[in-house]
Amino acid sequence: MSTLLIIEQVLNGLQFGVMLFLMAAGLTLIFGVMGLINLAHGSLYMIGAFAAAAVAGATGSFVLALAAALAVAAIAGALIEMTVIRRLYGKAHLDQVLATFALILIFSEGTRWLFGSFPLFLEIPDYLSGPITLPGGIQYPLYRLALIAVGLLVGLGLWALIERTRIGIQIRAGENDREMIAALGVDIRLLYTLVFAIGAALAGLAGALVGAIQSVQVGMGEPVLILAFVVIVIGGIGSIKGAFIGALLVGMTDTLGGIFLPEVFKLFMEPGAATQTGSALASMAIYILMSLVLIWRPTGLFGARA
Amino acid sequence: MSDPILATRDLCKNFGALTATDSVSIDLKAGEIHAIIGPNGAGKSTLITQICGGLRPDSGSVHLLGRDVTTDSTQARAQAGLGRTFQISALAMEDSVLENVVLGALGASGNPWRFWSRAMSDRSLTAKADAALERVGLIEHRNTRCAELSHGQRRQLEVAVALTLSPKAFVMDEPMAGLGAEGSKLLTGFLDELRAEAPILLVEHDMDAVFALADRISVLVYGQVIASGTVDEIRQSHAVRNAYLGEEG
Amino acid sequence: MIPERLVNWVVFAGLLAVPLWAIVVDEPFTITLVTRAVILAIAAVGLNIALGIGGLVSLGHAVFFGLGGYAMGILAYHAQTYTSLDLFGMSFAGTKAMPIIWLVAVVVSGVAASIIGLLSLRTSGVYFIMITLAFGQMFYYFAISWSTYGGEDGLSIYVRNGFPGLNTLVPIQFFGLCFVLLCVVLFLSARLQNAPFGLALNAARQVPTRVETVGLNPMRLKLVAFVISGAITGLAGALFADLNRFVSPTMFSWQLSGELIVLIIIGGVGRLFGPVIGACLFVALEHWLGALTEFWHVYLGLILLAIVLFARGGIIGLLTGKEGAHV
Repeated sequence: MSTLLIIEQVLNGLQFGVMLFLMAAGLTLIFGVMGLINLAHGSLYMIGAFAAAAVAGATGSFVLALAAALAVAAIAGALIEMTVIRRLYGKAHLDQVLATFALILIFSEGTRWLFGSFPLFLEIPDYLSGPITLPGGIQYPLYRLALIAVGLLVGLGLWALIERTRIGIQIRAGENDREMIAALGVDIRLLYTLVFAIGAALAGLAGALVGAIQSVQVGMGEPVLILAFVVIVIGGIGSIKGAFIGALLVGMTDTLGGIFLPEVFKLFMEPGAATQTGSALASMAIYILMSLVLIWRPTGLFGARA
Repeated sequence: MSDPILATRDLCKNFGALTATDSVSIDLKAGEIHAIIGPNGAGKSTLITQICGGLRPDSGSVHLLGRDVTTDSTQARAQAGLGRTFQISALAMEDSVLENVVLGALGASGNPWRFWSRAMSDRSLTAKADAALERVGLIEHRNTRCAELSHGQRRQLEVAVALTLSPKAFVMDEPMAGLGAEGSKLLTGFLDELRAEAPILLVEHDMDAVFALADRISVLVYGQVIASGTVDEIRQSHAVRNAYLGEEG
Repeated sequence: MIPERLVNWVVFAGLLAVPLWAIVVDEPFTITLVTRAVILAIAAVGLNIALGIGGLVSLGHAVFFGLGGYAMGILAYHAQTYTSLDLFGMSFAGTKAMPIIWLVAVVVSGVAASIIGLLSLRTSGVYFIMITLAFGQMFYYFAISWSTYGGEDGLSIYVRNGFPGLNTLVPIQFFGLCFVLLCVVLFLSARLQNAPFGLALNAARQVPTRVETVGLNPMRLKLVAFVISGAITGLAGALFADLNRFVSPTMFSWQLSGELIVLIIIGGVGRLFGPVIGACLFVALEHWLGALTEFWHVYLGLILLAIVLFARGGIIGLLTGKEGAHV
């Protein structure tokens, strides 16, 4: 196993982790501020991807496609917040799980109805396609590198938004004390809609960005949604920092586990059985990681103590 | 002097920089009502939560019937004979009054692992529950849903549930809170008789009740016991007046 | 308003009458549909013990459904290929006998539920929902990558397993078997709910602190409920696999866990017949709406949304006028 391969896989893990962070950040923010568990977050990811694919197909512009993903997901987010989600604040988790599960059904089938069952394709633009040579002679796809950069930039932006702006202060206050922000004269309804729309936009962006390296299809959101849940549970629900670290952990574990676990098992098993056991274990690795974290710290790495 | 039924020794608990319980040693002897009073935020709730097992102290110990129970769970302490009532009623609101008390009787029986027989047809459970309801004067409401009870009736129900456990010592967190004059007079009379059965550690804001009932009073301020003594001693204590009753002097 | 008991009897009678009518008009597919509803109802009755009485929102009950399914699949696979099943250094023969398969399904899912429950109950609230979901995914991906038993493609069993004295290939006989099991499970569940255990568990859902202060351990109560719940759902999984003569990793999927919760909510949480009504309605919607439109999930979603937002008691709540859950 060469160093080159290891570095490449670490970059892949980083790219995956950073995209997961875009999903997880919104989820954890929505849970932290509104106390809402939103299963429909994966649908917003899908909506972003479809919006991007449709706009790219019509205009040929990748930048416009991304803008559409952000805008459509944010608008869809704001709409469901105002019509459905708003009624779920303060309700039992069971109600939230069910109502947002219902939204998944509606969005998935609705999208299938609009776009059909066949996957759409979103092309990587010319200026981002092809490999680039990194220091040390590693060939790595430019687009994936761009994803890492975009993800890190968005993370930085989110941090600045929350730590440095007025809205950020209100969001942080909302996490700590709902009554206080009301007393400060903040329009909570508007704030909640805004937070939900921001989360939705991030999910939509992630959907569009990942849609260019995978296919855009109905049902693409749910696997990512579950991974994002794993991320925020590991990081501690409500913590953006936890979401970031959790996302990188999950991204790395999943990517590196798939490559290295079979190799590790080959050290003491015959190759066929090792590949079988290794890949079986690798596919479960992040869930095992999550269970271990929760058994060790029942509220995640950076979660508030119960 | 007889051994205390319930005692704490140098109990300490910090939450970060805040000292909630500062080396508290109190005891409860057979036949007495020992009242804990103190201003809001004095650490009364934190103290009884540690006594009942909901919080682990940083240092110090809790003793029940001469045995160190500091590391025992809440349920182990309950089984050992500690009966507790809550400040904010902890009752199964969807269930009937009788069901709530039967739960207490079931706890006292120590065997909830019966999957077949009907709980509400089990005479050994319902008889005990009815007896407790009779004593607190709720027997005519036995089939009422708990959520429909008045505030005062819920307090009575709290006491009834504790009674089913036939505890060796009671810990009551503000049983008079929210009761009207009539209700608190009735409950005062009831607790007055109850002390002969098992001593009561009583956390209470209602000073009339405390002065009428308590054999001894301990005053908790900023997590510390600043005075402890008979009703008269506490009435006359300067330290108490300054720190708590707020009188200049 | 209609008394709940009457609603229950009508559902019970309907479940028996429809397949009998189907025999008269010779519509074997209808019998299969009702059998499907009955099996899903068994799974949901199991889940309802954890969810409805114990308040444990498990988004991973498909684990037990899938384990039951694979218990059937693996035993029958070894029987139909005349190979032995080697486990822990011992060699077992496969079997096509339902009673043995059921026993294995119940034991395996019960053991799995005790381990998963023990670990998951360290957490609560959203974390509990998520960790049960994660366990579900763990089994799902494991089943996909386990090529010995078909991996992603699953396992087909060519002939339905047998039950002494019955010809299970005849739809009505297999239906009868499942229906009797549903009755047994419902009866058990009713006894359990009214027993001291049910009383304590019901209180542990509402006020765990109270349960502790009367000297009982709420965690242990919930764990036992979770194990019973998982074992029943496992039994349903074995039946479901036999109905389809097929098992695949989708039996472990989180959508299935979600659908089991949906069944309960449609019918009425914490109600004895809630899961049964939910399962019947679900299968009926799936069949009729599915025939009308390819996109029937949209309507299912809308119905579900309406129930969560406006009719918390589900169908039973609507019919009996008891709006809230449990009450």
